[in-house]
Amino acid sequence: MAKVTFDVERCKGCGLCETVCPKQIIALEKEKINAKGYHPASITEQEKCIACAFCATMCPDSVITVEK
Amino acid sequence: MAEKVLMKGNEALAEAAIMAGCKYYFGYPITPQTEVAAYMAKRMPKIGGTFLQAESEVAAINMVIGVASCGKRVMTSSSSPGISLKSEGISYLAGCELPALIVNVQRGGPGLGGIQPSQSDYFQATKGGGHGDYKLIVLAPASVQEMVSLTFKGFDLADKYRMTSMILADGTMGQMMEPVSLDLGEVKEYAKPWATTGTANHEGRNIINSLSLSPAQLEEWNKSRYERYAIVERDEVMYEEFMMEDAEICVVAFGIAARISKNAIMEARKKGVKVGMIRPITLWPFPKDALKKAAAKVKSFLSVELNMGQMIDDVKLAIDCSKPVYLCNRTGGVLMSPDEVVAKIDEIQKGEAKAW
Amino acid sequence: MVVFEKTKGLTDNQLHYCPGCTHGIIHRLVAEALEELGVLGKTVGVASVGCSVFSYNYFNCDMVQAAHGRAPAVATGVKRANPDNVVFTYQGDGDLAAIGTAETVHSAARNENITVIFVNNAIYGMTGGQMAPTTLPSQVTQTSPYGRDVTVFGYPVKVCEMLSQVDGATYLERVAVNNVKNIKKAKKAILKAFKNQIEGKGFSLIEVLSTCPTNWGLNPKDALKWLDENMETYYPLGVYKDKYKEEEK
Repeated sequence: MAKVTFDVERCKGCGLCETVCPKQIIALEKEKINAKGYHPASITEQEKCIACAFCATMCPDSVITVEK
Repeated sequence: MAEKVLMKGNEALAEAAIMAGCKYYFGYPITPQTEVAAYMAKRMPKIGGTFLQAESEVAAINMVIGVASCGKRVMTSSSSPGISLKSEGISYLAGCELPALIVNVQRGGPGLGGIQPSQSDYFQATKGGGHGDYKLIVLAPASVQEMVSLTFKGFDLADKYRMTSMILADGTMGQMMEPVSLDLGEVKEYAKPWATTGTANHEGRNIINSLSLSPAQLEEWNKSRYERYAIVERDEVMYEEFMMEDAEICVVAFGIAARISKNAIMEARKKGVKVGMIRPITLWPFPKDALKKAAAKVKSFLSVELNMGQMIDDVKLAIDCSKPVYLCNRTGGVLMSPDEVVAKIDEIQKGEAKAW
Repeated sequence: MVVFEKTKGLTDNQLHYCPGCTHGIIHRLVAEALEELGVLGKTVGVASVGCSVFSYNYFNCDMVQAAHGRAPAVATGVKRANPDNVVFTYQGDGDLAAIGTAETVHSAARNENITVIFVNNAIYGMTGGQMAPTTLPSQVTQTSPYGRDVTVFGYPVKVCEMLSQVDGATYLERVAVNNVKNIKKAKKAILKAFKNQIEGKGFSLIEVLSTCPTNWGLNPKDALKWLDENMETYYPLGVYKDKYKEEEK
């Protein structure tokens, strides 16, 4: 089962991961703010993830770990 | 005592550098120091070293920074305008606390100036040249033998204090031939745990850097460097005293001006004038205490320089302006004759000279 | 099974780059390449001046911080002193293609056995968005407020094209990091550039087209698009020189 985890405190909320997700299951958490003051990215429907790691590939801040 | 060989100053200096364990030379042609590069070009490939003619003085000094970062002995040489170009890199060497040797075989300036001997880079060498709070160890040879011994010494001091040493010579020192002994003794090795050799070769990551955006940290770095400079000022001052026992006038001169002055002093002594000389060998650290001590005995000082009067400021500071200080100088690549120095001494003696 | 995690080639320090700036991707690709080649322990990186000035905080290897434009000269010294080290520079466009042009061209001419990572984002980022040597014609920056007028400021410098005429250079490729496909290609190119060095093949430069959302005045997503639509047309991607491939032919 694919699993994507975000190192929330490293995230700058740029949203580049969002743009490349083929399943469109990544979104910025608008109601949450990390210590840096950004809305961090998170996965909305973990079960749909195919572990393609596009999000991690696109992330400039090495926030994302992908397992399967 | 090893036998002496007749060598040109620039070439003797280059050979001494090799004997000091310097296997890396980066330079760019400029008169009157080009023999250093030519000699290195011949010798380095034979000893498994690197000679590289860089695309500019700027590139050459940055190649020096690269080798120095790896903890290896390295040098570059140039002449006045080229040293101005290198000054950026010299400031970085100081900021990164890297040992290296820089040779300035001075010519007349400012600007493109001329190609004849000069000492007009005294300020540049001893007061900075590049930006920021830093000092170089500045060594001023007055013979081909000293071109050799001070080069050897310069590398040693650089490693010992993580500083950059500069040989401040002039066109005459570079061009003239004299018999020299190359018996220089053992090269002392210094541990360089800070060198960037790859993390597999040492504990943690080594970073060679002069940048800090924290003013408090940068102040700390500068202060700690100046603590080291204070030790150099205490322990490493070198000078020669000549006929100072009974001197009433103390000549202060370095390099070729000191040799001219020696002849003048002998002449003046023949006329019964009691003249002596303090010859700074290290221009930084400047022999302040020696001058101060002399000030208690002599009536006046005479600074003999090949510039418009640069070292004379340090003479006045060293003696707290307690005695009159006179200047005998030529500039633009013109050497004074011993007679001109004698004439100045006469003027001082007769009370006709105007103090600086 | 871990499919993707942060490379050990990067330290744990958080990057100071603006949100969405693709410098971070390029850092990661370089660091991954060094980790995959197993050479982190013998690598010495040379940081430049510009946004990447702090790269010495991020690459998990020994680093030297060079003056503006001088990184290839410093790298030359490091490589000559320690030929067994893997030596790379990481430079922006102002650093490499303006103030450091001479160092760039001559390290290529000497076929210096180093790897140069050249980040081209068509602007001076660190100082707040001034015109770079690679700023596109008509592009608005702080110092070209009416758009880069080529009759006044001249034309952008195309580094790969220029260096392809330098006999010494071994490998030159221009890549981009604006989408997953391009990032994978960029990684391949960077790996090859380091392999070349390890194999003693000489000077390799990878020009990476990168975004600067902040100083382009775009959000991170639109910046990717802008790169695609404007930069890639002026700076076509591809291999500009591959000496060993030519020899194979």
